[in-house]
Amino acid sequence: MVASALFFVFAGLAIACAISLVYHKNPLYSAISLVGVFIALSCIYVTLAAPFIAAVQILIYAGAIMVLVVFVIMLLNLDDDKPLNRLRYLYIVGGGLGLILLAQTFFIFYAVSKKPNQYIKTDETVGKTLSIGSAMYTEYLLPVEIVGILLLMAIVGAVILARRLEQPKLELVVNNELERRNETELEDEYRVRL
Amino acid sequence: MEPSLATYLALSGILFTIGAVGVIFKRNALGMFMCIELMLNAVNLTFVAFSRYYADVTGQLFVFMVMSVAAAEAAVGLGIIIAFFRNRLSIDTDDASILKN
Repeated sequence: MVASALFFVFAGLAIACAISLVYHKNPLYSAISLVGVFIALSCIYVTLAAPFIAAVQILIYAGAIMVLVVFVIMLLNLDDDKPLNRLRYLYIVGGGLGLILLAQTFFIFYAVSKKPNQYIKTDETVGKTLSIGSAMYTEYLLPVEIVGILLLMAIVGAVILARRLEQPKLELVVNNELERRNETELEDEYRVRL
Repeated sequence: MEPSLATYLALSGILFTIGAVGVIFKRNALGMFMCIELMLNAVNLTFVAFSRYYADVTGQLFVFMVMSVAAAEAAVGLGIIIAFFRNRLSIDTDDASILKN
């Protein structure tokens, strides 16, 4: 009963924060709403007996990714999101897509709730860090290595993308300016001499 | 009494719907980015719920993989957004029309 009540509290919080994320025009409000979704989902993971995933959710999503997003928002000093003026038909497309996805959700809810409800088996060690770590470095070693390579590629790609391209070198600009001034000074000297 | 598997799937589906609609409604690239993160989280919830239901650790491992991919996506995506802002001084996706015509 307590687990059920907790689930509905945090599910309501997650849905409310998600709606607030889409509703707000200011990107910073959206980011804070997204942090709310992450924290609510992390609490739901705790009720699902997955403490490791809950901790990683807080650390990676709310800690790392959202700090990066908020940093970029502050760096770019953005205006509010503009309404869709030119692309008004997207409201219809988005509404239709939302209705289809909601219908699918309710179909899945209906179809799955007809099945027997209890968990097939409960294993208390499943969500613990020990079982996840041992599975990660024995059975699923190759996917972990691939993810490591992916992260390395992402780091290299981010550095290349964020680098300033085609920037005129400061020394060249200064040198050109100095040369130009020197020439005009020399011309003036000639004029005076003549 | 714990909530059933169907309840978790319904919550996940609702969050995914909100994220998908948000990607279409949002105009700036950062908003779309955050809605994509929301959709990834909805899928993560499904993984963890099934992992609990079948008492199998594989689902939680794949949540970990999804989080790593999301981190990589955040790094590259925000790099693209900054590069785009540097060229156009806005991150409205409407302005990303250099390749048009």
